[in-house]
Amino acid sequence: MIPAIISLSDIHFSYNGHTRTLFSGLSLDVLPGTVTAILGPNGAGKTTLLHLILGILVPSQGTVLLAQRPRNAYSRREVGKLVGLVLQNEVIPFNFTVLEYVLLGRAPYLQMLQIPGPDDLRVAESALEQVGMTHMRQRSIQALSGGERQLVMVARALAQQPRILLLDEPTSHLDLGNKGRVLSIMQQLAAQGVTVVFTTHEPDLAASVAQFAVLMRYGTTLASGSMDQVFTTDNLTQTYDAPVQVIEVMGRRMVLPPYPTTNVGQVANLPPVG
Amino acid sequence: MNQRKQRFLILGCLFLVCLTVSVFIGRYPEPYLTPISVLRTDTMAQRLVLYLRIPRILAACMLGMTLAAAGTVLQMIFRNPLVEPGFLGVSQGAAFGAALSIVWLGSSGITTQVLAAFFASLGLILSYLLARYIRYGGWTLRLVLAGIAVSALFSSGNGLLKYVADPLTELPEITFWMLGGLWSITWDEVSLIAPIVLVALIIIFMMRWRLNLLSLDDETAFSLGTAPARERAVLLFAAVLATAAVVSVSGIVGWVGLIVPHITRRIFGADAQWAIPGALLLGGIFVILCDNIGRAALAGEIPLGILTSLIGAALFVFTMVRPQPQESV
Repeated sequence: MIPAIISLSDIHFSYNGHTRTLFSGLSLDVLPGTVTAILGPNGAGKTTLLHLILGILVPSQGTVLLAQRPRNAYSRREVGKLVGLVLQNEVIPFNFTVLEYVLLGRAPYLQMLQIPGPDDLRVAESALEQVGMTHMRQRSIQALSGGERQLVMVARALAQQPRILLLDEPTSHLDLGNKGRVLSIMQQLAAQGVTVVFTTHEPDLAASVAQFAVLMRYGTTLASGSMDQVFTTDNLTQTYDAPVQVIEVMGRRMVLPPYPTTNVGQVANLPPVG
Repeated sequence: MNQRKQRFLILGCLFLVCLTVSVFIGRYPEPYLTPISVLRTDTMAQRLVLYLRIPRILAACMLGMTLAAAGTVLQMIFRNPLVEPGFLGVSQGAAFGAALSIVWLGSSGITTQVLAAFFASLGLILSYLLARYIRYGGWTLRLVLAGIAVSALFSSGNGLLKYVADPLTELPEITFWMLGGLWSITWDEVSLIAPIVLVALIIIFMMRWRLNLLSLDDETAFSLGTAPARERAVLLFAAVLATAAVVSVSGIVGWVGLIVPHITRRIFGADAQWAIPGALLLGGIFVILCDNIGRAALAGEIPLGILTSLIGAALFVFTMVRPQPQESV
């Protein structure tokens, strides 16, 4: 059996000292080169989980192993080479160019006072190429659309040449076309051996790219494992506490959301507006 | 050669020209220009240039470089383009110290400077300590709030001192100090502040690319292998201590630390790898020029703070109303 590249065992964590316990005994294994989706309602602890993997937050009990080595045995720079993070809504208050921003991904490979050189530039360029944004390299980052911005953030993380890529709701503000673009990039990366872990509120997206899923609710994992095991009507209904239905359409797994419906015939029979 | 390097070369030459030409600008023996022939023969002019003009030009250069670089650093680590280097209680602290010296101890140049430096540092320390006890917001917001509170405290003290000051002798002196100026500079002051300024500027210059990382979200900066809090603290103290040093000899020189960083970003882009050296050169040039006008234009000294605000505001409006290109340099 292939050893897990991310392994959490018996994680206990609470915010503000002990006032709000989020995790008590959470365990999770992620296999290398796979795409794993983390789903759950707001406040379930999805982002916290990513922060624990990266080490921004430290569990009060339990161990985090990255590539079979304890997280706290790594230096900050070593983690920077191993794990990339794409935030849900990164705020960049200054007007960097796309290339300048992507170059920041080289930081873990540079000493404190070092400035990126030609090799770093090459890596940054190829990261931009991988997300199809080479033509935008001299654009200022604040002039980009939401979709372009997200692709540039991914390119910045790719410039870290990470073995693990964590993405926090990578598609939340994107239109359909850009969602598709980001998902394909995630799939490509996994095919190249990068381990991709992402959080999402959209089960359909998870179903389209992920091989594994984790369903969370209030700090506990309701189910975790391969998509076939996890993505069932029962599990998802329990996760969201709302009647969700898993169906199959044209050979794909889709999730019918618990939205109210309008009778299609009724709409057609309405009198014309105005 | 790319456009950015070209602009650097031009700015660098301008800086050197500015530094050299300033030596020949003054009001002795006659207004505006001092010809080289006079400098060869007139011993009074020689002494004046050596003991007053040159240290003053160097002080102006250090003042401009420090305020502009510190402004860039603070705007980036606080992720807020409206921050200026004196805001952590430093400017108001220095002003309070100077006013205190003028009103209570009678004014002598050196006591005023020492007290200004002392209270500027005290302002910084108080802001820092207060920020540690504020139970609201993240670290940056806490520091900003603490800076505002400490500045307000000192400025109320200032108001009180102005109120009790003798309106004929002390009050004008306080006002003049607060408008900022370099008329009292000699080699003593220059050699006193130079080490602090030099060390701080070298730290800032060396960490210039790193500064970009520290302007990102904490989580992103962390994921890139930095220690955001620790590294920001190093840069913050370098920037603010150097500011306290220069402000204690110059008085409050407004606007340089706020607008030179903006103008620099317009010319060189936001990447601090270029914006920091750009701000150093531009800040130096700007204050040297303003000080030249201040000391040579009229028979009396024009306070530097008035000129930096006036010319700075005009330049600022000029750069900001021009459309920014989508493709930057």
